[in-house]
Amino acid sequence: MPWLNAAGNLLLVAAAIAVLYRPLGDYMAWVYTASGHLRTERWIYRLISAKPEQQHSWRGYLGAVFSFSLAGFILLYAVLAFDGMGPDLAFNTAVSFVANTNWQSYVPEQSISYVAQMAGLSVQNFVSAAVSMCVAVALIRAIAAHRAAALGNFWVDLVRTNLRILLPLSIVFAVLLLACGVVQNFTESTALLPGGPVASQESIKMLGTNGGGFYNANSAHPFENPTPISNLMQVLMLLLIPFTLLRTFGTMVSDQRAGYALLLTMSVLFLLVYLPLTYFELHGSGTAPQLAGAAMEGKEQRFGIIGSTLFATATTGTTGGAVNSMHGSYTALGGLMLMVDMVLGEVAPGGAGSGLYAVLVLVVIAVFVTALLLGRTPVYLGKQLGTRELKLVSIAILIMPVLSLGGMALASALPYTRAEIIAGMGNPGSHGFSEVLYAFISAAINNGSAFAGFSANTPGLNTLLGLIILAGRFAPISIVLALAGALATAERASSRSAELPLHRPQFVGFLVSLIMFIAVPTFIPLFLVGPLAEGLMP
Amino acid sequence: MNLRSAASVCLDALVKFDPRYLWHNPVLLLTEAGAVLCTFIAVSEALVHGPSTSGGTTLPAGFTWLLCFGLWATLFVATLAESIAEGHGRRQSSHLHTADEDVPATLVLDYDQLKDAAARTARTEQTTAGELKPGDVVLVEAGMQIPADGEVIWGRASVDESELTGGVGEAIRQAGTDRTAVTGGTTVSSDRLVVKIQVGRQDSVLSQTLKLARGAQRQKSPIEMALNTLLASFCLAFMLLALSLNLAVSEVAAPISIPVLIAVVVCLIPTEIAALMSVTGIASMYKLLQRGVLVASAKALETAGGITTVILDKTGTITRGNRTAVEFIVLGGTAPDTLLSAAALASAQDPTPEGRSIIELANQLADGTPSEGQIRQWDQEGGTPVAFSASTRMSGHDLADGTKIRKGSQSAILAWLKAQGTAPRREIVAQMRAEALGIARNGGTPLVVAVKEPGAPGRALGLVDLRDVIKEGVSERITRFRELGVRTLMVTGDDRVAAATIAAAAQIDEVVGDATPQDKLALIGQEQAAGHFVAMSGDGINDAPALAQADIGVAMNSAAAAAKQAANMVILDDNPTHLVDIVEIGRRQMATRGALITFNFANDVIRYFTLFPALFVGAFPGLAVLNILQLHSPASAIISTVMFSVVVMGILLPLAIWGVPYKAANLQSALSRNLLYCGVPGLLVPAIGIKIIDLFISMIPGF
Repeated sequence: MPWLNAAGNLLLVAAAIAVLYRPLGDYMAWVYTASGHLRTERWIYRLISAKPEQQHSWRGYLGAVFSFSLAGFILLYAVLAFDGMGPDLAFNTAVSFVANTNWQSYVPEQSISYVAQMAGLSVQNFVSAAVSMCVAVALIRAIAAHRAAALGNFWVDLVRTNLRILLPLSIVFAVLLLACGVVQNFTESTALLPGGPVASQESIKMLGTNGGGFYNANSAHPFENPTPISNLMQVLMLLLIPFTLLRTFGTMVSDQRAGYALLLTMSVLFLLVYLPLTYFELHGSGTAPQLAGAAMEGKEQRFGIIGSTLFATATTGTTGGAVNSMHGSYTALGGLMLMVDMVLGEVAPGGAGSGLYAVLVLVVIAVFVTALLLGRTPVYLGKQLGTRELKLVSIAILIMPVLSLGGMALASALPYTRAEIIAGMGNPGSHGFSEVLYAFISAAINNGSAFAGFSANTPGLNTLLGLIILAGRFAPISIVLALAGALATAERASSRSAELPLHRPQFVGFLVSLIMFIAVPTFIPLFLVGPLAEGLMP
Repeated sequence: MNLRSAASVCLDALVKFDPRYLWHNPVLLLTEAGAVLCTFIAVSEALVHGPSTSGGTTLPAGFTWLLCFGLWATLFVATLAESIAEGHGRRQSSHLHTADEDVPATLVLDYDQLKDAAARTARTEQTTAGELKPGDVVLVEAGMQIPADGEVIWGRASVDESELTGGVGEAIRQAGTDRTAVTGGTTVSSDRLVVKIQVGRQDSVLSQTLKLARGAQRQKSPIEMALNTLLASFCLAFMLLALSLNLAVSEVAAPISIPVLIAVVVCLIPTEIAALMSVTGIASMYKLLQRGVLVASAKALETAGGITTVILDKTGTITRGNRTAVEFIVLGGTAPDTLLSAAALASAQDPTPEGRSIIELANQLADGTPSEGQIRQWDQEGGTPVAFSASTRMSGHDLADGTKIRKGSQSAILAWLKAQGTAPRREIVAQMRAEALGIARNGGTPLVVAVKEPGAPGRALGLVDLRDVIKEGVSERITRFRELGVRTLMVTGDDRVAAATIAAAAQIDEVVGDATPQDKLALIGQEQAAGHFVAMSGDGINDAPALAQADIGVAMNSAAAAAKQAANMVILDDNPTHLVDIVEIGRRQMATRGALITFNFANDVIRYFTLFPALFVGAFPGLAVLNILQLHSPASAIISTVMFSVVVMGILLPLAIWGVPYKAANLQSALSRNLLYCGVPGLLVPAIGIKIIDLFISMIPGF
């Protein structure tokens, strides 16, 4: 029965994505390739004195991303500081919202005013997601380009993503959420709970795979996510842009099969997490789960196991970071699956934009490895891949382990942060370790969700995690744009007939295995100490 | 292999421990660093006598020493693999060597090509091969070794090239033909040659190939470089793990001891791939060398594996090259014997094999025809042989009685008859045309024999059918190409009809006759644009651009220097069917590499299960569930995994040298086959191997 329920939930979400895949994907492709500008857009370009016709090289594009993000960071930091936040927490929060991570060390409904929520955080919810999508589009253009160094204009992409994609979508979904019962008001208190402009925030929080909730309880809060219907809709909103961008990709590189191959890859990875996770939660051992019939601790009765695990898989598989259940209360092995989902590199299906560029990095490696196995020249979508591309992606796959493992080691080595970690752990032993591990993985991969229990709102950890989030955002973006620069000018391989078809299930299977092979091993020893030691306790 | 060469190979392997040598192989360098560090720890442990613990497990005494042994053994087997491959190859190619530096050479000073082409009066100076520079002109006489690669600018001589080809002996080298190239180290067996040195001794094709194959200065191919980048990335990830693990888990778990961390890193980094990848390259080079193919770069060999179209440049490369008379056809009412003796007479002054074959065939068919001896005798009685000349395009004989006999191509003979004042009858001409066309269609070259007796009108007697015979084994070779999925094309300047017939007989897929060098170039471009990887053979100066344009240009050893320079490979015995070997060995090499990579990565999956649980099972006993192989103890699991690396490299080494069998297939099924046949054993072999080793290790007291 629960599995039937799970299948039904999955099918509903899949059907909704299937319906929207073509129209939304092609609409976005049009947005990024259309030549005209709206009047509003022209005003904005004039206001920020951008030249919309100017084409950026990869360095120019990266420079624009950097300067825009820096400006956003300074602005948000000022707003938060003005709002009364301490410097380390303001730094952490500002960085994490600019980086589309939304790691929340603070308790929003208590410590942030509506103004700061709407003018500060919501704005970043829009633009940080837009930046990820712009970077992804720049990479797509590079693959589609024919010996052109230009990747498009960042400012145009940014403005269009916000005005033409994110804004309309979030309005539509805000209304839908309102219909489901999400609150939208400026009343400090509705009965016993504080109210606020929740629905409008909620919709971009999910669509942009941001995850920073209006309430500390995030999507577990009845005002943010009142019913199973709103829950499914939120899952759909998380997955919508990451999946439909694949259509945009297929359309822009004029090869839909390439998009479908990635769609299949991401879906398989999604199921590889979702199914075991649901199994573990349904069959949780211990007294409480057995009495409840499943591991219901930390989950909302209205969502049940199925609604919770689906949401959890979606939020860890995108860089969402919103939660509708407390991940720390999952069974140990269930918690392991959530960490694995993030460790895979946020490609199941990954954040809006960031999922696509992350998976393309892995595709480049897979193409190289198959070329090695078959002794062929590595070619992807007609582009001949060279040593430069390989070097870039080889560095890219190291970023995540370096930041999370290295960051964790550093935090444990410095006496100051070490004391904070030990004090902050909500539990002793393996479970406490899992909390810390989850936090570092979540920060490094820019997810933003937390294994509840670990209090990281201390000066040292705020700063360190903030720095990790910063590097976890901009190091991959730099490499992806450098990769775009290399690919844009790369030799177009003459269509030599004997190439491995890269859209068949065979390659998809290969890609899925390779993604796991690349991502998971370095983390196994840590999983052994954390979730596995806990879960396999005799 | 005797004891002594075994010792020298081992010594060679030890020499390769030099970090400067391993610098280019980061995986092995890391292994060595681990072994050194582990040895230090073993020594210091012995001094301080502390029982070492790791992750909550007390390690048995001698653990670190055993681990040291395992690590050094891993490194030794890895370097040994390369030494064995090199030694193996060196023995197989021991017949190959370049001219020694002290080979004497006769340098011609102030060579004057116009006045003294044969350098008979020019001043000469005795020097040695080592002193020669490109552009020098040397005189080589019978019995002398040619001091360096060069081009014959005067003379015709027979050269003993068995040094190069390892069997087939003499070859004719003649100035002004397309067989002018001579190779340093070969010996002139008759006559004398004036040779212009083309390249310095160090740069000769052979010495370059030997250098390449002997490994020391082997450049890495693009695929190897790409692989190295990936491997480096894996190494860094595991290094990072080793460096940060203890710190990261320090709040909840006991630290892992340094030797154990070293073991983890060395086991998980792809040592086998790093060690065996160069072995496959070296082995392939030598395999080709053994077949008489010189390879200019590691890259060329890799490209060769991807070849899908082979272009042969002329009929001569697949036929014996000597046209032979196979049939006489009479015209009109001529008596056969008349034609036979006339043809034999007309060929008297034709020293070419085809001329001789006409006389032989004529003698064979009729006893009455004059033999060579008789003809010579007649000549003494007043007959005059007429030699072939480019202007008349005929050869023949003027007999003492005024009878003139000529043989030549149709048009030449018709013109000659006209000049003699005779117009042959129309039906004779028609018959002649029809027969000639028939001969050409069957791949032969028609020659017409005509006679003009004094007082009588000249008449065409008949035709000779000259055929080019396809070399033995060529058809089989071409069939092999088809099995490999390679298309064969012949692009030749030869006559369209004849080329088509020969191509059909040899089962060549497509043929383009009457092709100019530009046509060849265009065709290669066409094939490449259509998605093929093209290998082309050639030997003329004209072929140089096409050889350079092709993905693999293969020059014959006798080819002009320009062609050789443009080529990526040189075939020493001038037999272009070695192209099959080139493609086959290239494919085998890539299949072998693919097999090794998949196998090794699959091994790693098993290693995760043997190593990782062993790290922390002391602190968290529940992890014992993950010990799926039921290994005896954490210490034994770690040592067994390290030892398995040593054993598996021993198993894989012969495979890397011989290569795995290659089966032609499309890329998709090739990938499936690779994953199935290498991935599955890659999981099973280590599982079984580590378990067996564990059984032995567990017998050691304390483990």
